Amino acid sequence: MDGPVLRAQGLVKEFRGFRAVDGVDLDVADGSVHALVGPNGAGKTTLFNLLTGFLKPSAGRIQLGDRNLTGRRPEQVARLGVARSFQITSLFAQLTPREHLQLALAGGSGITWRFWRSDRALDRFSVRAMELLDQVGLAAQAHIPAGTLAYGRKRALELALALALDPKVLLLDEPTAGMGVEDIDRTVDLVQKVRQGRTVVLVEHNMNVVSRLADQVTVLQNGRVLAEGPYDEIRDDPRVIAAYLGEAPADAGGGDAHVAN
Amino acid sequence: MILSKLAARPVLLLFGLVAAFALPWLIYPPVAMDIACWALFAAALDLLLGFTGLLSFGHAAFWGGAAYAAGLIAVHWGVPFPVAVLGGALFAAVLAVPIGYLSVRLRGIYFAMVTLAFAQMVYFVVNQWRDLTGGENGLQGVPREFFGMDLSDPFFFYYAGLPFVLLGLFAVWRIVRSPFGRVLVSIRDNPARAQALGYPVERYKLLAFVLSAGLSGLAGGLYAISHGFASLHEVYWTTSGQAVMAVVLGGIGTLWGGAIGAALIVELNDYLATAGFTETGLVTGGIFVVIVLVFRRGVWGTARDLIAARAARRSPAAGTDSAAAQVEAPDRQEVTAR
Ligand SMILES: Nc1ncnc2c1ncn2[C@@H]1O[C@H](COP(=O)(O)OP(=O)(O)O)[C@@H](O)[C@H]1O
Ligand SMILES: [Mg+2]
Repeated sequence: MDGPVLRAQGLVKEFRGFRAVDGVDLDVADGSVHALVGPNGAGKTTLFNLLTGFLKPSAGRIQLGDRNLTGRRPEQVARLGVARSFQITSLFAQLTPREHLQLALAGGSGITWRFWRSDRALDRFSVRAMELLDQVGLAAQAHIPAGTLAYGRKRALELALALALDPKVLLLDEPTAGMGVEDIDRTVDLVQKVRQGRTVVLVEHNMNVVSRLADQVTVLQNGRVLAEGPYDEIRDDPRVIAAYLGEAPADAGGGDAHVAN
Repeated sequence: MILSKLAARPVLLLFGLVAAFALPWLIYPPVAMDIACWALFAAALDLLLGFTGLLSFGHAAFWGGAAYAAGLIAVHWGVPFPVAVLGGALFAAVLAVPIGYLSVRLRGIYFAMVTLAFAQMVYFVVNQWRDLTGGENGLQGVPREFFGMDLSDPFFFYYAGLPFVLLGLFAVWRIVRSPFGRVLVSIRDNPARAQALGYPVERYKLLAFVLSAGLSGLAGGLYAISHGFASLHEVYWTTSGQAVMAVVLGGIGTLWGGAIGAALIVELNDYLATAGFTETGLVTGGIFVVIVLVFRRGVWGTARDLIAARAARRSPAAGTDSAAAQVEAPDRQEVTAR
């Protein structure tokens, strides 16, 4: 774990005068698992949207290594090695999981511009696609439309899609939200496995998950950084406890804590 | 189920081909040619509407623009008609580059409005540039040159023009089932997700727009050659509307549905016109409303759903298969809602 691989400085996002992200500095150490926590509405998803180019910051700067990410488009950010999952499951309802992963894998190859070829040309990515599906426990459902999958399975597909891009930095927005205990354990194991060689930033309400995964925790409230440090320090920080008590309690049991984006 | 699906494809294809070749025996040959041209136009529009999720309300610019371009090429250069038709298609594709560039970044109704506005500009130019286009009189006297052969009989010309339509329909089918087409469907279903996977969504939409315009132009150019003139009506907004209507009637995102919808509309218009009916728009509009209300997924889309449902009932074990059939028959509500 060296210097920051992902760095935000003075990030601000204003929605019609309301500052959803209000001057956030964030250093994510290379190779770490970094958790973002905070009550609903704290600005975590907005911060993810800024980091991945889905929103343009009102002020501030984003860097990946020594590359400037500020103002880049989402597809460029993805190509540069920052992949994300979405808090609200975001899939292609008509495509099967295998087709999803073929698309994720084919993106860099230029083959997807070839409108004169059969889509069987995408089969060259099938082996890797099935490996990834196997990794997230989706191999058995590889051939049914993603729209018909159960909720937990959709979350797993979200994760597999982000992984398929083989990113340097993986941003996961509430990967375990709405999952049962079994799926949560599977996801935690998976993140442990895939963190090798990459950096993971994770928004997570489940403190049990945070304690198992995170090297570093940043607490956000009202768009600002409230506290930062290893989980054990953060847990006992009176400001953090107060922030959570002012809102819905941080449940440790995997309850469904997410609200609309 | 798999077997019946495998068998159904060639049977349907054969049926379609037989219908295409038999058409001028069954109906008045010039109308048959109109149907063929409009079938391609509708399929090309469905590439955008059904498979990319873009509702263009300005495709008359490409159909009509190509009609004039092909007509002018044929009038002034006297080249064989296939060259004129292909020239028209090329013109439409080139015209679509700036229009598409400026409109694909817009969503939903805004995209429809802007494409409509561009088409109205094309209409304005064609109407004003009398020296070139003949203005309100249209471009008259477009020849059908083909190495001195006599193609004046519409019956024979139908078979001379049909290969372009079949080629165009094949192209639409190929595009939809290409790696590129897969990306288009993903963009239609969820553009943000496609971006997160690294796809420059607007560039894909632009290429889809240009391809759709070029194929619409292929149809429009052939239409002008077959009529022997290009009229202002081809660039008028009602032509854009009729193309959208054909796709919706047949079933958005069903590819062949548009062809069926086009056939219904052209045939109905012709029937009403020969019956001396002047308010054709009222009747076609009324029928349109009824069909859209009764068959939510269009004529072909609904028929296909029924076939799939029956097949699924016959072999209940093939549950995943019928689910796979739904992949090809996406829920229209969802697409049109975007
Ligand atoms: N597009 C938007 N327009 C206006 N307000 C927004 C927008 N996106 C988020 N917000 C607001 O910004 C705040 C932070 O939201 P969000 O980042 O989703 O919080 P979190 O993910 O931490 O729960 C909320 O008050 C939310 O209502
Ligand atoms: Mg959130």
